[in-house]
Amino acid sequence: MNHKLEGGSVTLREIKYKLSLKIKTAKEHLNIEVTGGYSSDLLSDVMANAKKGNIWITVQSHPNIVAVASLLELSAVIVTGGKKIEKETLSRAEREDITIFDTTDSTFNIVGKLYKMGVIGG
Amino acid sequence: MIKPYVADLHIHTVLSPCAEIEMTPKLIIDKALSKQIDILAITDHNSAENVKAVIKAATGKKVKIFPGIEVETREEVHIICIFDDPEKTLELQKMIYRNLPNIKNKEEIFGAQLVVNSKGEFIRKNERLLLTATSLSIEDVVKKVKELDGICYPAHIDRPSYSIISNLGFIPPQLNFLAIEISSKADIYDILLNHEELKNYTIISSGDAHRLSELSTRTVFWIEKPTLDELKLAFLNKNGRKVSLKKHRKEKT
Ligand SMILES: [Zn+2]
Ligand SMILES: [Zn+2]
Repeated sequence: MNHKLEGGSVTLREIKYKLSLKIKTAKEHLNIEVTGGYSSDLLSDVMANAKKGNIWITVQSHPNIVAVASLLELSAVIVTGGKKIEKETLSRAEREDITIFDTTDSTFNIVGKLYKMGVIGG
Repeated sequence: MIKPYVADLHIHTVLSPCAEIEMTPKLIIDKALSKQIDILAITDHNSAENVKAVIKAATGKKVKIFPGIEVETREEVHIICIFDDPEKTLELQKMIYRNLPNIKNKEEIFGAQLVVNSKGEFIRKNERLLLTATSLSIEDVVKKVKELDGICYPAHIDRPSYSIISNLGFIPPQLNFLAIEISSKADIYDILLNHEELKNYTIISSGDAHRLSELSTRTVFWIEKPTLDELKLAFLNKNGRKVSLKKHRKEKT
């Protein structure tokens, strides 16, 4: 049963809940609806291809992920693989109002679960 | 006569959007002199538009400036490229600009990219985002630098981002790098324990300074005079030239 396939939109709250993500920054934005997803660890590739409102799945945790998310107005970033997120990244995300989640789950699994929820690419 | 020269070969100026506003030619040189650094390389991200200003500001001072660029390849690996002549550096810059995506810098997100004169006075802004990958491969960069008789080597290989080790997993041997760079706080033995294959490289440590307090004094070149050819000999450990590395110590700033 997947009501998302019948329309309706997925919020960050639902994603956080269903994927058991930990929220690290900008916790007040859980009502935001995501427009789709993008996954890549090359920042330049994300800059060229992700779209406004997308949720971005990556193993990168450098402060520049915040700059990229902010530039493209992404809805959130999920840092996968249990990567320790740099302090500077978190403080910058708080400042720029970018929601960051983290998880020990892999990119592959997270993307699969999102897809099943109706969050698709492009 | 071979003498020790303290060197930091990886410094950013106000042209790099992530650098502090204090990274102007005169302040960088004053700081280097006060730390008794003899050699600096100016290596902004994907650009060399401030190198001439720093060289001019160092005229008559006891510090040698090498012009350079920290290139970001399409693998998102940072490569430090150093030359003996600013014109050659600008030659590399030309190739970079042809291969840099045309994205306008958003100052409020990335920071300002300022071109200044030797006194540190504002000339203009570089409007194009420098803090992103070019479409050049590592091979392309190595080849071009070789053509221009420069030196290049992978930057901060111990970091989790923008490093050849983190992004490729290893250093392709056919690139024939003369050296590799570790961050100013990295422990060389930590790195060698995890990457034994690196033991055949000359290892230098640089500050990657984005603020004045980050200038590093860890690397010492044992050379006759501060020229690029002498640096090359030291990297190759030839003719009595060599590189030595001090341990990282917490410094008072
Ligand atoms: Zn770098
Ligand atoms: Zn750098």
